[in-house]
Amino acid sequence: MDAKLHVSPSPHLKGNLSTRGIMLDVIIALCPAAIAACVIFGLRSLVLIAVCVATCVLLEYISRKIMKRDTTIGDLSAVVTGLLLALNLPVDINPLIAMFGCLIAIVVVKQMFGGIGMNFVNPALAARIVLLVSFPSAMMHWVPALGAPQAAAIDATTAATPLAAAPGVYSYVDLLIGRCGGSIGEVCAAALILGGVYLVIRRVISPIIPCVYLGTAAVMSLIVGLDPLYQLLSGGLLLGAIFMATDYTTSPVTKWGKVIFAVGCGFFSILLRAYSNMPEGVSFSILLMNILVPLIERATVPRTLGFVKKKKGAEK
Amino acid sequence: MARKSLFHEFTKGIVKENPVLCLVLGTCPTLAVTTSAFNAIGMGVAATAVLVCSNAVISLLRRVIPDKVRIPAYITIIAGFVSVVQMLVKAFAPAINNSLGIYLPLIVVNCIILGRAEMFAGKNPVLPSILDGLGMGVGFTAALLCMGIIREFFGSGSLFGMPIMPVNILIFILPPGGFFVFGMLIMLANKLNSRAGKKVKTSPCDGCPMSESCADKSCEKTAKEATGNAD
Repeated sequence: MDAKLHVSPSPHLKGNLSTRGIMLDVIIALCPAAIAACVIFGLRSLVLIAVCVATCVLLEYISRKIMKRDTTIGDLSAVVTGLLLALNLPVDINPLIAMFGCLIAIVVVKQMFGGIGMNFVNPALAARIVLLVSFPSAMMHWVPALGAPQAAAIDATTAATPLAAAPGVYSYVDLLIGRCGGSIGEVCAAALILGGVYLVIRRVISPIIPCVYLGTAAVMSLIVGLDPLYQLLSGGLLLGAIFMATDYTTSPVTKWGKVIFAVGCGFFSILLRAYSNMPEGVSFSILLMNILVPLIERATVPRTLGFVKKKKGAEK
Repeated sequence: MARKSLFHEFTKGIVKENPVLCLVLGTCPTLAVTTSAFNAIGMGVAATAVLVCSNAVISLLRRVIPDKVRIPAYITIIAGFVSVVQMLVKAFAPAINNSLGIYLPLIVVNCIILGRAEMFAGKNPVLPSILDGLGMGVGFTAALLCMGIIREFFGSGSLFGMPIMPVNILIFILPPGGFFVFGMLIMLANKLNSRAGKKVKTSPCDGCPMSESCADKSCEKTAKEATGNAD
């Protein structure tokens, strides 16, 4: 302490958390999934990740300069967005399409709404959905993973994710270690769980959202007659539950708000998987719940300390 | 209301009071039919024809139409012209009729046309009314054409049906892309108007969309008194 007396409003005790530190933790937590992607799909996935991260950082820098605001690339949030977006893409996607996704994520969703902390939906998810709607064939062209069963047959089809494959093609072990088709970051369930555990231990995310999300999804799978474990391990559910739904800006701050948010995500994910004409529903369900966050937060404002709720009919 | 030149009546609808981009009227056809530049032109021309004719007739009949039932009377006149235009389009341009679909008869309830009838043609002579309708129609067509070109170029990779780009970004011809392009064009129009206009606000009614048809100018008077007192 250089000055002897500080007169300032609370809080007086500050933790040493910073945006940069949190983002660094998220990047570390995504590393296992990125490494798994390199192993499963080869070095092409590393190139894709590099392209996305570089484009996102560059676009963030340029758009902040154009809008005459201070540069925020130092907080690493653009790196996280780029990394998440890359992990959401199939490995053989055209790099220009990936760069267009970065443009949507950083410029349209993030900077046009005021930059970090102001975006109303998760930038990487919104970009993924825009790409999915714009380039359906390129976004659903799955290359077979290293050592995946019936690898030769998969290359010809556009529906080779575990969700669209015939039952019995993939075992639980296949899904756990990523021997299946899909976006580069979503296939290896074990790496995602590892990253999630790291984030929870480092207290970057609270376990409420991922646990409730996965729990709801399992229950919903039972209700609609799907195999719960298979549903949890396949597709983007783990990636979405651990890294997308827990985004600070677009998830509720209150405890019960988090629960409602996660229940909604799990409910809609499985509902869309079971009954929509798309094989995957995780991104749509998280986006939908992102938009509902302000309403959820308003409904779950915590009780002030010492505040007594008026009972109905007790006014005298 | 001060007498404005006839030329002004024509040009104001194109940029300064562009019905789509500045008054934000007629949003439904704007978003629905602008998936290609051809559709946009077809819609724009059809609406312009109806707008000019209905403005002329309503202006002629403005002393005959009783004030209390003016809206049904206007709608009847507009619907008559829309039927004429629809039959003509069906006969001479069946392709445009097919691609515009329900939006062609829906010109009847287009707010631009009713808005001009209510705001302008109902209380002005014939010639200014026709020019006003023509200007607004040109503005409407220009805005639709801009949106149509942008959405067709990115969404289908073509321009007026000619393929140009090898890739197409499908979302531009879907509704979300329509809203996005619409918002961007409104932003552009606001930017242009704020740069070109620099008009000094003389009354608080200037910012009010009803200022031209508003009979009660008391708010203006009070504002003038207030400024007079301040002087």
